[in-house]
Amino acid sequence: MSATSNASPTVQLLSPEGVFAPSDSAAEFLPYLDRLTEADYRRFYRDMVVVRRFDTEAANLQRQGQLALWVPSHGQEAAQVGSAYATRPQDHVFPSYREHVVGMIRGLDLVDILRMLRGVTLGGWTPEDHGNFHLYTLVLASQTLHATGYAMGMQLDGATATGDPETDQAVIVYYGDGASSQGDANEALVFAASYQTPQVFFLQNNHWAISVPVTRQSRTPLYLRAGGFGLPGTQIDGNDVLASYAVTAKHLDDARAGRGPALIEALTYRVGAHTTADDPTKYRDPEQLAYWVARDPIVRFRSYLQGLGVEREFLDAVDEEADDYAADVRRRALDIHSPEKAVIFDNVYAEPHPLIQEQKAWLDRYEASFEGGDA
Amino acid sequence: MSDTIVTSIPGQATPAGAEAVTAPAHTERALPGTGTMNLPMTKALNAGLRQAMRDNPKVLMMGEDIGPLGGVFRVTEGLIAEFGDKRVLDTPLAESAIIGTAIGLALRGYRPVCEIQFDGFVFPGFDQITSQLARMRNRHEGQVVMPVVIRIPYGGHIGSIEHHQESPEAYFAHTPGLRVVSPSNAHDAYWMMQEAIASDDPVIFFEPKSRYWPKGEVNLAKSGSPLHASRVVRSGTDATVVGHGAMVSVLLQAAELAAAEGTSVEVIDLRSISPIDYGPILASVEKTGHLVVAQEAHGFVSVGSEIAATVMEKAFYLLEAPVLRVSGFDTPFPPAAVETHFLPSPDRVLEAIDRALSY
Repeated sequence: MSATSNASPTVQLLSPEGVFAPSDSAAEFLPYLDRLTEADYRRFYRDMVVVRRFDTEAANLQRQGQLALWVPSHGQEAAQVGSAYATRPQDHVFPSYREHVVGMIRGLDLVDILRMLRGVTLGGWTPEDHGNFHLYTLVLASQTLHATGYAMGMQLDGATATGDPETDQAVIVYYGDGASSQGDANEALVFAASYQTPQVFFLQNNHWAISVPVTRQSRTPLYLRAGGFGLPGTQIDGNDVLASYAVTAKHLDDARAGRGPALIEALTYRVGAHTTADDPTKYRDPEQLAYWVARDPIVRFRSYLQGLGVEREFLDAVDEEADDYAADVRRRALDIHSPEKAVIFDNVYAEPHPLIQEQKAWLDRYEASFEGGDA
Repeated sequence: MSDTIVTSIPGQATPAGAEAVTAPAHTERALPGTGTMNLPMTKALNAGLRQAMRDNPKVLMMGEDIGPLGGVFRVTEGLIAEFGDKRVLDTPLAESAIIGTAIGLALRGYRPVCEIQFDGFVFPGFDQITSQLARMRNRHEGQVVMPVVIRIPYGGHIGSIEHHQESPEAYFAHTPGLRVVSPSNAHDAYWMMQEAIASDDPVIFFEPKSRYWPKGEVNLAKSGSPLHASRVVRSGTDATVVGHGAMVSVLLQAAELAAAEGTSVEVIDLRSISPIDYGPILASVEKTGHLVVAQEAHGFVSVGSEIAATVMEKAFYLLEAPVLRVSGFDTPFPPAAVETHFLPSPDRVLEAIDRALSY
């Protein structure tokens, strides 16, 4: 081993200082970097910066009473951007509720996420028209089973493992360290292993489930749990966008090629609060926060790009683009209007349901009975 | 193993044994498209599932022990032999995952039929049913359908152990987005199963275990009633009794006993628990002025309570007496040795009819 060898099992390509210094464990994933061009690197950086600025803007909107709640992703940008770029257009993505930039990369307008948080819809978009980015799921780990069932459907359709990576489909499902304790997350791993689904479980370990530390969820590193289910598990430095890309690309390709599911644990940190209703100063050690802020994924990747000779003008232009994007989001968020009250009733059932129809008609009559009633 | 299947021609009485054919169960591929068959409910359900799978390649079976064993009640017997293990999935033992993966399969365009092995085993899957399955279409603003059927063998009268004799239908009827049905006989079982699978909404399909084995005539040519229609199964003029599933046969026995005492009882088979078809119920109450609702389930916050409240709201002036409920007690289902004291019997139904008529 050389003096610079990094024998940690955690796959890392970029040091926290932004130096390309792959860990020994990264060897099998390095070839996947060959798929990337400098233009991709610039996109990675741009998306991380833009979504962080979006995040700040959304939190401001919440503080100003324009959103009911905001769920920040600050600190987790590298894990999300790298893994999202590793997906292919034919793949399906099942998020939890903090994967804003994954949605953006799959073609979602982030204002659609704000619609749900502004209280005008319970969903917000049509997955098939937005890069197969499925709806946010607020009950933790429920989506892991939907993802597994969807991947089973890909198998039944013969839409995977044909040997053509350009068309073979796979599923990636996002969840977290808190959700890893849910029964559904574990049952999903059982089913995925049993049916050998084309699926990657992308577990963002951001170290906190609201106020409960990951040490309460698990006495073992979460990626090691995969072995107990019969899946390969890989732990990555989740603040290293290149590690997230390369490891996810390998496991998704394995999945689409019929080599079965895998679990990735991305070590990252929820720098902000759980949501705008949370106060992490009540339960978190400032030193831990400082440690992770010093490992910021955007700062790291910017250092790497600067080392590659990326010009200052590009970095400044990205900052300007992020500001413009945030201003645009603000303008359009304030323009989100309430739906008609008919949404209460209209999509509960696909086929007619007499009780719902009766209640809808009653509400119309009732509200019309008041002076100035609108029905 | 072989089964004796009696076929008959519509409109003609079946000469006992005259047209009996002996056939191995797995050769039911030759099911006639018309005519009638005399089948136990298990085989009627099996035939309904088989027909639905033949009609639509997107229909899948999922559940525990439903493959080579054919389910603990043999309702899926032979399906894996005909359709293979890609369409009949023996799953790991995890109810939440059965429902949760069925949701994913439905998003993919499949029509999964999930078997829950016993009534009391549905609760590990309750969250996926109520928080996910029931709401998927609504959350997607109508952009998806959720054609998932969840089959649940339910109810008492089989002398079994804890968690094997329960009637949890009210939990599901209380959940917006679900449809809840329960056939009382083989004919309805055959048709309602196919109609439930054809529905684009999730359907919780309660199968009354104690009615699994009695044979009944199945008309293979036509169903006779839509999935969510209630139906008068015995006409009467003095009192109306309403029930679903296994309770219907108890109500028919009670009506027979009442007739011997000179009381004419109309019996309505609810068939659908959500939505409830009030048309035949209100028409009957208009005629009789007396209504008794019977159910194996606990009476508190029950389907019977809902019917009683609604009939009083819609038909107060038609009633000559309060609507009365006959229910299981508000206790856990008891040890089987005393279940006959717990379960509504024909005599308990008659007692309620007498009370109603004495107002």
